[in-house]
Amino acid sequence: MIDLLDGLRVIEIAGDDIWGATAVAHAARILADLGANVIKVEPPAGDPVRAVPPFLHDQAGPDRGLLWIALNANKRGVRLDLPRERDRLRTLLSSADVLVQTREVVDAATAASWSPSLVVVNVTPYGLSGPLAGVPASDLEVTASSGALALAGEPDRAPVRTTLPQSPFWSGMYAAMGALFALAARAATRRGQQVDVSGQASMVTVHPPACVHWDVAKEEHRRLGAFLIGRSRVGARFRNIWECADGHVSFAIQGGPIGRHTGRMLASWMNERRFTAPRFTAVEWDTFDNRTLTQEQVDALEREVAAFFRTITKREFFAGVIERNMLGYPVADASDVYADEQLRAREFWQDTPIDGITLPFPGGFALFDGERPRIRRGPPRLGEHDAEVLGAVTA
Amino acid sequence: MTAALEGTRVVELGWAAAGPLVGTYLAQHGADVIHVESSTALDPFRSTYPPFRDNVVGPDRAGMFAFYNAGKRGVTLDLKQPRAVELALRLVKTADVVIESFPAGTLARRGLGQDALRRARADLVILSSCNQGQTGPHAQHPGYGSQLTALAGFNELLGEPGRTPVILYGPYIDYIAVGYGVIAILAALERHRRTGEGCVIDLSQYEAGLQFLAPALLEHAANGTVPTRDADHDRVAVPHGVYPTRGDDRWVALSVWSDDEWSRFRVALGDDDWSRDAELATTAGRREREAELDDHIAAWTRTRTRELAHRGVWRRAAHAGLGEVGLMAPPFGLSETPARPDRAGPTLGEHNEAVFKGLLGLSADEYASLAADGVFA
Repeated sequence: MIDLLDGLRVIEIAGDDIWGATAVAHAARILADLGANVIKVEPPAGDPVRAVPPFLHDQAGPDRGLLWIALNANKRGVRLDLPRERDRLRTLLSSADVLVQTREVVDAATAASWSPSLVVVNVTPYGLSGPLAGVPASDLEVTASSGALALAGEPDRAPVRTTLPQSPFWSGMYAAMGALFALAARAATRRGQQVDVSGQASMVTVHPPACVHWDVAKEEHRRLGAFLIGRSRVGARFRNIWECADGHVSFAIQGGPIGRHTGRMLASWMNERRFTAPRFTAVEWDTFDNRTLTQEQVDALEREVAAFFRTITKREFFAGVIERNMLGYPVADASDVYADEQLRAREFWQDTPIDGITLPFPGGFALFDGERPRIRRGPPRLGEHDAEVLGAVTA
Repeated sequence: MTAALEGTRVVELGWAAAGPLVGTYLAQHGADVIHVESSTALDPFRSTYPPFRDNVVGPDRAGMFAFYNAGKRGVTLDLKQPRAVELALRLVKTADVVIESFPAGTLARRGLGQDALRRARADLVILSSCNQGQTGPHAQHPGYGSQLTALAGFNELLGEPGRTPVILYGPYIDYIAVGYGVIAILAALERHRRTGEGCVIDLSQYEAGLQFLAPALLEHAANGTVPTRDADHDRVAVPHGVYPTRGDDRWVALSVWSDDEWSRFRVALGDDDWSRDAELATTAGRREREAELDDHIAAWTRTRTRELAHRGVWRRAAHAGLGEVGLMAPPFGLSETPARPDRAGPTLGEHNEAVFKGLLGLSADEYASLAADGVFA
């Protein structure tokens, strides 16, 4: 078992809404995977994430939501009716190292008076201070306010967000990171501190080049659908998602040593298949510089590439780029990801019994000394560990 | 005590975003991060990727490098030379953490594989971050983050149904791998404080990215469905969308999560007759007529202007080649030991003398002779 955070005691207080509850659950799940002892505190009615579809076999139930299942493995769970049972929470926190919460159920001053060494992590849409503090928001508003939303979608249509909400995952990840920085500081000071995570600021970290381009070149980046921006010195855009015979693939005409190798390999792939691409196969790859091509030149090359990709499947494309060590991947869906031989070879999937069936969970995020964090237990049923944990608290 | 990682030294061998940004988070929290690179094989963020100051290419005019390597010291070593490798190992001996982000096996071929690093220092924390991980049939495969993002399944979930998926701006998955990389190192340092043990971390950027897709993957495994893109719709909230406002390419995002929110929202919209329809008072009714609702809301938002909220995550720092650059603070604040995003990335070889003479103790003669032999290239 992964023991990096062995002995670390973490209390997660479920959020009031889906965004906050997802973010804190993800943060605590990361710490749990690394070996921390995580106790999740839910209101008597349960974490709101329990009600989020889709459900296992499409049958609704508080333990059957797939978002719930994904976020809460490796934790124990108790019910507390707050603020009525605040004393019990205080007792739980007295032996804890980290509290993860959304709004300040326990504020920093109170936490410090209860336990000076406690690290208190708050994850909220806009942070605990500033003009938007306390304003309600879900994934869509958080993503919009960060600028990330405006950068995705087709230029003449509404911006789009990832259909599986992403901002609570980002915010939860940074909450786990902030907690660990605070623990590093605590090793020297013996004192806890408050970590204030902003969902909006978390989503700004997904598009730094947009900010760098504005800062250095006063060039504003906008959403371009399937096209890349920021690779050219003359303003050309490059397609990064293409139709293929049975779906889509991701590929771009690029420069640099590996980009030139990729172009050379694609040209020889076209030749092998006797595919007619007069312009692309005539490119002098040794001196190719994508940064100075005009849009017309790019478009002419891309027309031939697009025609070629329409003749091959996702699977053929994947095998082809691996074999030729060239850049590019298929646009995978969930079934492709489960079929991926690399993930299988690295034993990424972990069969986990959930509600009478076995689910292949995505594995821990890295290997530590060759070992992958495991799913040690499924998510807790509501109040499953009340007696085990709170019995000990009262005793 | 002013920084969480005061007294921690990190040696970093990597390029582009996914490795170096890990070091930046550590540097901004007080670690002494020494970024090792070579002028004989420049980081693409110094040589290839715009923007450059005044649009003139040059390693010290590159905005991306200065941003992604903020807070670090920078040295150059030509690792094709044995004496450069020897100096790198001497640096590692002084370090607590090594970060490397080359394709699997690259550093081992230069004499800087895990075994060599751990011989230099047994209790080292080593993060190897690459596209597909250190083992398995695709371990050697090079890749860029924007395309790995597609392989992980993010793009399938982005765009309008029936239309070509769109890209996530930038190397989206790289930043997920950066976050998990920092977490992995901090957790390993936590154990080191407790037990004195080092740790070798094998981070596949692909596997790190899949953490953010776990619910969609489990949905497929459990129910056999293949989750796909659904524009701006949500499975719980309705209405939920992005609507045009007055002006060119101006939009507002809004969502309604309960019947109570709807009853307040429809009044804010103007309490029009259409909105009083009893069918719309329930989530199921609104779901049934979502397209019609979206038209009504857009008709209202088109007449409005929007406000933009700003939060001060941007800082400015001086840079010898760029003048001044904007840097980003981490998205979390620490009340007692805040991050200090106050230094831009180093110019090429900026800290060679400070590190090789000051830290490793080379004499002026030794330094000059190695420099003449191109060891610091």
